[in-house]
Order: sequence, then C-alpha cells, then structure tokens
Amino acid sequence: MRLVWAVLAGAAADLAGLGLIAAAAWLITRAAEQPPLAALSVAIVATRAFATSKGVFRYAERLTGHDVALRAQAGTRERLYQALIPPQRPRHGGADLLSRMVDDTEAVQDLLVRCLLPAVAAALAGLAAVVIGLTLLPVAALVLVAGLVLAGVLLPAGTAAAARRWSARIAPARAVLAGRVADLVHGSADLAAYGADDAALAKAQAADEALAALERRQARVHAAALAGGTLVQGLTVAAVVLLAQGAGVSTVGTAVLALTALVSFEPVLPLAAAGERLAGIMAAIGRIREVRRAAPAITEPARPAPRPTTPLTIEIDDLVVRHPEASVTLEGAPAAASVRPEGLGGQGAAARPSARDAAAAAGVQDAGHATAVARVGGDAAGVPDVGVGDAAGGGRAALDGVSLRLTPGKRVAIVGPSGAGKSTLLAALMRLVEPESGSIRVNGVELRELAGDDARALMTGLTQDPYIFRTSLRDNLRLAGPEADDEALRQAVRDARLDDWVQRTGWDTELGEDGTTVSGGQLQRLALARALLYDPPVLLLDEPAEALDEDTADRLMSDLLDVTRDRTTLLVTHRLKGLETVDEIVVLDEGRVVQRGRHDELVAVPGYYRDLWESEVLTRR
Amino acid sequence: MRAERSVRRHLAVTMVAAVAAGLLVLVQAELLAGVLSGRFTSAALAGLAAVVGLRAALAWGQGVFAGRTATGVKSALRHRLLGRLRDLGPARLAAHRSGELVTLAGRGLDGLDNYLTGYLPAIAVAAVVPVAVLVRLFAADLASAVIVLVTLPLIPVFGALVGMTTKAVTERQYLALSRLGGHFLDVVRGLPTLRAFGRARYQASVIQQVADAHRNATMRTLRVAFLSSLVLELCASLSLALVAVPVGLRLLGGSLDLTTALLVLLLAPEAYLPLRAMGTRFHASMEGVAAADAAFAVLEGSGPDPVRPRADVPSTDAGAPEIRLEGVTVRYPGREGAALENVSLVIRPRERVALVGESGGGKSTLLHLILGFIRPSEGRVLIDGVDLRELDLGSWRARLAFVAQRPHLFATSVADNIRLGAPDASLEEVRRAAAAAHAVFVDGLPEGYDTVVGERGANLSAGQRQRIALARAFCRSDASVLLLDEPTARLDGRSEAAVVAGTAALARDRTAVIVAHRPAMIDLADRVVRLHDGHIVSDTTRRPTASAVEQDAPGRGDIGEREELDRGDAGLGVGEQDAPDRDGSEQGSPGRGGSEQGSAGRDGSEQGSPGRDGSEQAGRETAGSGVAGEPVGGARRQGQVAVVRGERGQR
Repeated sequence: MRLVWAVLAGAAADLAGLGLIAAAAWLITRAAEQPPLAALSVAIVATRAFATSKGVFRYAERLTGHDVALRAQAGTRERLYQALIPPQRPRHGGADLLSRMVDDTEAVQDLLVRCLLPAVAAALAGLAAVVIGLTLLPVAALVLVAGLVLAGVLLPAGTAAAARRWSARIAPARAVLAGRVADLVHGSADLAAYGADDAALAKAQAADEALAALERRQARVHAAALAGGTLVQGLTVAAVVLLAQGAGVSTVGTAVLALTALVSFEPVLPLAAAGERLAGIMAAIGRIREVRRAAPAITEPARPAPRPTTPLTIEIDDLVVRHPEASVTLEGAPAAASVRPEGLGGQGAAARPSARDAAAAAGVQDAGHATAVARVGGDAAGVPDVGVGDAAGGGRAALDGVSLRLTPGKRVAIVGPSGAGKSTLLAALMRLVEPESGSIRVNGVELRELAGDDARALMTGLTQDPYIFRTSLRDNLRLAGPEADDEALRQAVRDARLDDWVQRTGWDTELGEDGTTVSGGQLQRLALARALLYDPPVLLLDEPAEALDEDTADRLMSDLLDVTRDRTTLLVTHRLKGLETVDEIVVLDEGRVVQRGRHDELVAVPGYYRDLWESEVLTRR
Repeated sequence: MRAERSVRRHLAVTMVAAVAAGLLVLVQAELLAGVLSGRFTSAALAGLAAVVGLRAALAWGQGVFAGRTATGVKSALRHRLLGRLRDLGPARLAAHRSGELVTLAGRGLDGLDNYLTGYLPAIAVAAVVPVAVLVRLFAADLASAVIVLVTLPLIPVFGALVGMTTKAVTERQYLALSRLGGHFLDVVRGLPTLRAFGRARYQASVIQQVADAHRNATMRTLRVAFLSSLVLELCASLSLALVAVPVGLRLLGGSLDLTTALLVLLLAPEAYLPLRAMGTRFHASMEGVAAADAAFAVLEGSGPDPVRPRADVPSTDAGAPEIRLEGVTVRYPGREGAALENVSLVIRPRERVALVGESGGGKSTLLHLILGFIRPSEGRVLIDGVDLRELDLGSWRARLAFVAQRPHLFATSVADNIRLGAPDASLEEVRRAAAAAHAVFVDGLPEGYDTVVGERGANLSAGQRQRIALARAFCRSDASVLLLDEPTARLDGRSEAAVVAGTAALARDRTAVIVAHRPAMIDLADRVVRLHDGHIVSDTTRRPTASAVEQDAPGRGDIGEREELDRGDAGLGVGEQDAPDRDGSEQGSPGRGGSEQGSAGRDGSEQGSPGRDGSEQAGRETAGSGVAGEPVGGARRQGQVAVVRGERGQR
C-alpha cells in the first residue's frame, strides 16, 4: 500500500513536470495567437499549480519511497535471520560471507528506491505523454512510444546485460588485485626478509593495469548508453515535429507535442544507469534467496519428544559424523567460490567503505559467481578444526565410531591433535551436525527425537568461536541468563576469573565490534562466564583456556576444575595440567578414540597422551 | 609523472566534452524554437538532428574519457599506495589495520569514480552553461533574463543553507543507518552463540524492534533532510512558471515574438539544471573524497626515516656474523611501555639461541630488530661491529633466512613460494630445499610443485604451510643467519616433529635465533634466553651432554634417557654434525660463565639489570679474540641435543 503511494507520488512528480512544460508551451504558443486573456487563465493557473506541486510530489515520493524501502529491508533481514536460525552447514568464507550477506540485504532498498520506483514513475509519465500525443496526432504518439521504449526499456536492458557480462570479467581481475595487495600487506615480513618486495610490488601493479584496462573498456558501455539516450531523445523530438508539421497540426499543437516529447524522456533517461545497477542488485537478491533456501544441517523431528528431566545420562554409541564436501582439499584445488564484497565495486550499497578485512579477498560475484572461481580464504581467524587438516580428504569421517558415557556428575576430558574431531563431537551433542550413524541418547531418548533447542538447553556451554556482542558487558552476560540477578552475574564472573577486568571495565561499558576492545583471553573468560551463568545440566567446554597466557590459563583451569566438580562436564582441552581430577580422559585422533582412561593410567603407557604430557611438563620448566 | 600528465589530459577532454555538450543544448533550443515558431523551415530539423548527433558523440567521448580519467587516477594513487606499503615495511604496516589497507587499495579507491566521472565534469558544466544561457537570454529577452538571474543564485544559496541546517541531521541519519546494519551484522555473526544459549528466536523480535525504532528515527530526520531537495525543486520549477507566465502575457500584448518566447521557455530550465546536477553529484562523490583522504593519510603518514647506508662500510663477508645488541630499547608508537628495554645481548657466530618467554615479552620484537624491520629507539644493533642502520638492509637481509610465526604463502605455485628468496633457484634446488624441510607432502599434491597455493595458503594445513616456509629458508642455501619465530606453534605432534627435524638441519653452521615455546624446539639451542616484559630475565647456556639436560631440568631424568634413544632412532644426523677437530675437553672454556649467570638469573637474583650483565659478560668473552668464542660455540654444537620430541608422536 505504501509502495503504491510512493509510486503514485513519484509518477505525480514526473507528471507535474510534464504538465508544467506542456501547459507553458500551450500558454506561450496560444498567447502568440493573441486570444482573449480569459482563454489563457486556465493555462496560467495550471502552469503555476504544476510548478508548485512538482516539488511537493517529489518530496512526498522520496519520503514514502524511503519508508517503504526501509520496511522492505527490515522484512528481508528478518526473514533472512529466521532462515539462519536452524544450524547451518559451515559455509566458505565464514565471517566475510556474513558481512556480504548483510550488505546484500541493502540491495532490496536499492531495488525499490533506485530501480523500481523510478521505472514505474517514468512509465506513467511516458504514458501520459503518449496520451497527450494521441489526442493531437496519433502517428506522432507512435513515434514517441517507439522512442520511449527504446530509451526506457531496450537501453536499460542492454546496460543491465552489459553490466552482468562485464562484472563477470572484472570481478576476477579485482580478486587478483586484492590478492596481490593482500600479499603485500600480509606477506610484508616474508617479502622484506627475502628481498622479494619489488617483485611483489610489480605483480600488484600488473594486476592493477589489467583491472584498469578492463574498467576502461567497461566505461565504454556507460558512454554508449549516455550517447544512445541523447540520440533517441533528440531524434524522437525532431521526428515528432516533422510529422506534426507534415500533418498540418497547428503551431500550438506542434509546440505542445514537441515539448511534451522532449520532457517525457527526462525520467526515462536515468533508467539506463538503473539498468547497470540492476545487475548487481539482482545478484545480491539471488544470493539471499540461495541462503534462505539452503537446507539446514539437521532435520528437526516432526513431533519432538518431551525434554528429558535432570539428572541426565548421555550415552554416545558408535557415533559417525561425516562432514559434507565442505572441507577444503587440494583435489580440484580451487574448490569453491568465496563471495566477497570486492565484486560489487562501486555499485549501490556495497560500495560503502567498510572496516572489513578484504584480506582473504577472493571475490567472485554477480552472474558468474557460481562458476567463476577464486581461492578460499579465511583460515587464519580460526576456522573450526572441523575437517581441515593434512588428511582432510573428501570422505573421511570427522568422527568415526566414538562411544562415550556421561553419567550425572561425571567429568570427561577430550584431548587430541587438531582435526581429531573434538569440536565435532561437541557439535553433535549440541545437535548442530547430523550424525551419519550411531546414536546419542539422553536418558534413553534419542537426541534426534528432541527439538534442537531442547537439546541445546540440556547440553551447551563454551562453544567454539564465542562471540561478544556490541552491547554492554552486562547484556553480553545476561544473554545466557535473562533472569539472572546481579549476584548471579557476579558469581559467574568470579568463577571465570574475570572479576578484576569487570571491575576495571564496568558493567555497563559497551564492548566493541567483534569484541575489539576485549582481548582474546578476556573474550574467552567472558564466554566461560556465560556458560557458567547458563548452568546447563551438561556443561560443554571447548578449549576454555585457549588464547590465555600460561599463568592465567593454569589458574583458570584449576578454578574451572573446582567449579565443575560434581557437574556433568565434557571438557575439550589441549592442556593436561589438572586433568588428574577428571573421571575419564578420551584421546581422539582422526575421529577415533585411540586412548581412554584416567590420567595416571594414560601417563603410564606410551602413546599420544604421555607424549603430550611430557612436552607440557618440559615447557613448564 | 607521465601517467599523471595523461590523466590530466583525459580529465580536460572529459570536461571540455561535457561543456561543449552543454553549450550545444543552447543551439538545440535555438533551432527547436525556430522550427516550432515557424521561423525556420522544416529543413532546420536536419540541423537539429545534426546537433543531437553531435551531442551524442560528445556524450560518448565524455563517458570514455571519464572512464580513462578514473582508471588513470586510481591506478596512479594505487601505485603510490602500494609503493608506500612496501616502503612502510612489516613493522610500521602492523600499526595500520591491514584489512582496511587492502580494502582502501581496492574498493575504497573505486569510490573516486563518482567524483571523477560525475562531480568534476558537473562543476565545469555548472560554471559555464548557466552563464551562457543567461547571456543568450539577456540578448533575447531582458525581463526573463532578469528573472532567471535573480532566481538562479537561490539554488546554490538555498542548497547551502538547507545543507548547513540539515548537516547534523543528515549525519545522524547516516549514523543511524549504519548502526542498523551494524546491529544486524552483530546478531548474525553471533548467531552460533545465541543458538548455544537458546536466544536465537528471541533475537528475531529484537531485530524487528530495532529496525522499527531506527526506521522511525530515520524517517524523522529524512523529513528534514529531504527539505533541501524540495527547496531546490521548487526554486527551479517556480522560476520556470515565473518566466513562462509573464512571457505569455507579453506575447498577448504583442511585445514579444513567439520564437523568442519559445527560446526562453526552452532555455530557462537549462540554466538551473547544471547547478542541481552538481548538487546531486556532490553528495554521491563524498565517499570517494573520503577514500582519497584515507589514501593520502597513508601516503603522507610518518615516512620511513631514510638513513643512508654508509658507503665506506665494507660489505661484511658472507660468513656467519656476530650479532650484538647494545642497550637496545624499542618503543612502539601509541603503546605504553617499551617492547624491549635496555637489552644487551651478544649472539656469537654459529651460535644457536632460543628466545623463550611469555607472549608479549619482546621475543618477536628482537627478531624484527635483527631483520631491520624496526629500529631501536635507543641503543644499537651491531652486525660484526657495524651498526645495522649503516648497513645496506637489502644486502644484510640477503644473508638471512627467516621463517615467520605465521608465514605468508603467496597465491602462486608451491615452487615459486619456496624460491621466494632465491628467484633463480632451479626446480632441482627447490626439491632439495623441500626435502630438507621435510616437506615431502608436496609430491603428493595434485600438480606437485606446480600446485597453486590457495589464498593465504588456505588449502594447506598449518604444518604444511610451516614446512613450505622452512623450505623457503633452505632454498637460500647461502644464508648465514637463521631467524625463526615460533615455527612449531599451532602444530600437532606429527607436523612439529617434521618441522623440528628440518630446523635442526637448517641451523647447522649458521647463526640461529629461534623464538620457541615447545621443548623440542628449545632443545635445538645452545643457549636459552628468556625474555619477560622487554627484559632478559635469564640467559642459560645449555650443557652439551644429555646429563646436563638432566641437571638443567630436574626431575626429567627419564626423559633425558629417552631423548638419547630417540636420537638414534630418528636418524636426523644432527648429533653427528659436530666439528670434528674439537674435542670435549674444551667444553669447560670461558663460555660456561653464561651458564652460571643464567642459573643465577633463574633463581631470581637477576632483578638488577640482567641486560647489562649479559653485555658485559659477552664483552669479556669476545674481547680477547675471535678464537675465545669459537671453540665454545663449536663445543656447544657438539653437545647439541638432537632430539625431536614430536618424532615420537609418529611412532
């Protein structure tokens, strides 16, 4: 409804512009015939009315248009978010892809404000001009229709097609340049140390040359559209005048026809530029649709079983989890297209400068984004150890027949090299991945019979990649306990050894984007405080001491082992100190349990655990 | 610069084409008015068509040259920016947010397109065409010309006035919009966390609420902000009415002819149009200006202080050098406290030093000092007695082999990655380097050494990346100094074993400084220097025999024995690499002092100024002659504990 108002206001503004010229032309040419003044009064009033209303309508159009666009964008975002709530398979590009997705939702706004509204308004204005033409000289109206269709339909369609084609060629060039620049920035130390920086600089400049050459050729499309529009407008007007004079239409009629034709092109000509933009917008919308269509990683039961009541016994039996072909392998090296903001260069909303790291830039976009290929970025920031590793072949199971029993109050530690499947095990318990075979039972109920949210209400805690929201410290914590009182918050913070920092920072300080004002160790402890505050029946802890310095990590781990005494806990860790106190230690390697037992038993026999223990002892000299 | 001259020429062509096209509109109006009023015959329509054709040609030329201008300017800026990135070097580059730099050099500069192709030509047109229109109007009809002349300045004046009053409002609006996007991004990024605590669905309603609140706020501000366009629109259209109605009345009175009247009607809007277009372009081009500002900020930032290498400094020979730090203090701008404070350290030729200590203690800073990435704020770094800042950094670095903590792999073939420091190395040499670095996995890659490494080496595991970087160091076979920054951090046991074995071989006959955390790596060293808070807190020279290892780390006796065993099994050959002409009797020579001092340090008595002690001590050692230090180094090498603990992980 609002959209209709916006369209109407836009059309009215264009029509007022048209009417202004038509009325003025009529006024002047009719006046030249020196009729009585009364004959002109309508035209005079009309001229003034059109002049005033044009601005007012334009204002109304812009306001309603933006209101509609903001609403549409909010709707798109909400639907996108709803689609993302069920656990997703890990996607290539990780955080960058997310940012891109958020940018994409702004394309909806662009589609409305920059393409749809102007197009409809221009069509209505054109229609009005054609109607005026029809009343005066039908043949001229036909010519006008032809001109308007040429400039308002064919030309934009052509620019849209050209933009699609060119961006498919330019995007890879852009990605190459971004890669070269990233080499210069991130490989700076290696380049300088090996005296290779000149060569790298030359490569980056060559990439720039290649991109510039493509961009220069792309500019011709834009130039041709500009020229074509001008040509069509001028020639249509000339043809209309020629026809009108040939048909013996009066001076008044001819002038009105000519000027109406001239002005009717004004809202039409910008459509060529809108067409150029449309290519990028449609690609963005396509990407959003794709995300929304993606099947969730797990299937929710049609009729979920009731949530089991505490105390809980968790039985994992011969669990096999195989990740879909998401893992990056060298087989078919450029495996996937990681979509980056780079691609949309200069188009619409995505052109806003962003603080995002374009480092992992490997951009492919628009039409070509499914086929054109770039490298897969984003390892350094901590891609889950899920499936990435030396041997991460396509079909290898991340978990290959793991069995485990967690009785109430029992604490189990999982250790093993990276890529062993530790985090996958936690993900399976949190029902974030679908096991291939085997079972997880909670008090005898199959986990997959439970609603995902219920499963996570029972088993959760400190997950991989904990996130700090851009809000106050208090709200960041209360997320895990909306009803928690201040004392509970303080206790959680104390248990996570975060009280000093909280005292310094203050409860109501807004934490930065990505927790940039929060160090790695603080972030980890904040996440731990959340987990302790939530206090799930089964506490999962994924590397709680990661990113902490030795001393803090030691203290944290010993406190943690204190706090979790008699709590059902599954602890993934690479630090063995203090593990004497847990009930069972399970060593995973390549998805299989290679050792299990208590600390003293494991230290007594040769194997991974003893090796790790010894090297840990040595480091603490 | 030639490139910049051609850019200027292209810009000039663009602007001339734009202005010419603008002026042709006058001719077009003239012809159309003539034809419509019947003064010209229909034949004049051919002229009209010709003018239109010319305008189209000019528009095409303007577009093409604008494109050239834009790419030219961007390329020139990008070249300077990239050159600047190179000149800044790793240390100063780290002070910038690296992601922003990459974005700036790419998408950021694209923001200039609007400025160059839209705004600049629009300025030229706005400066010329309205004046031309006014002149023509004055010639045709004084009264109309006066009306236009009076109302024309209203557009920029009102534009500026409204702009000024709504500036704050508009800025708030953009802030609100970006916050709205920011909130959504925040929530989407944190979705896994929300999911873990069962808050994901709740947030959906929050998203809606936030969006609604922001939309309401935004619309409130837009109501004001869009007033500017309302005023401009009204100015232009009302002026047209103001011109048209009196003209009509005067036509009625017969004091004006139709041709002139039509001309005035056609021309009057053309006086306002360029000004309004300029206003629109101005807003669209602001982003590009911001990007240019950011680029210039990088270009003009504190430049590298160019200390010319002294020409008379003899280029030091290629043998393993002595590296000496004298009272070195390093401060990073914008950071409290010194990264290194008054550190003195002598690393003798062919000595292998492990730097240990907590992260942030200054270990990497020390490496970067030796690499010449950073210069000491106080004190000196001497290479064979010559101040590093007087050496030619290029030729000094040519003697180094460096493996960074997170080595960067370039998006090129594995072979090219390995020959980074030796571009002329043959494939055979590359293979040998890879074999020495235990990077045997390369043969198993789809295209072997021609396999293209993914962005930042993403299709290789951390261990594989590290080994390729190690092969890089091996490929520089003539390097005499080896600098390693935690080469085994983040590696699992198997990878660590391979990297340690490679490192052991690489360190042979070279001066090596290794930042190490893991025992296997520390075991490679003759000497362990512990750094804490920018100070050297202990400096231990390790005993050359396995029994010494026991003493060094009490309670690890059984491990020491196992090390002995493993040495045999591993067959790394490091143990046999001792210099044959020195026997064990020299082991007790002066260098032992270092051990005592180090032990004292570990007992906690080093609180005075360990750095100074160290330097005095080292001074004593080397003061006599080069011979005094040499046997010690050799002896230590002999006692090298060649154990690769991780090796056992392979079993």
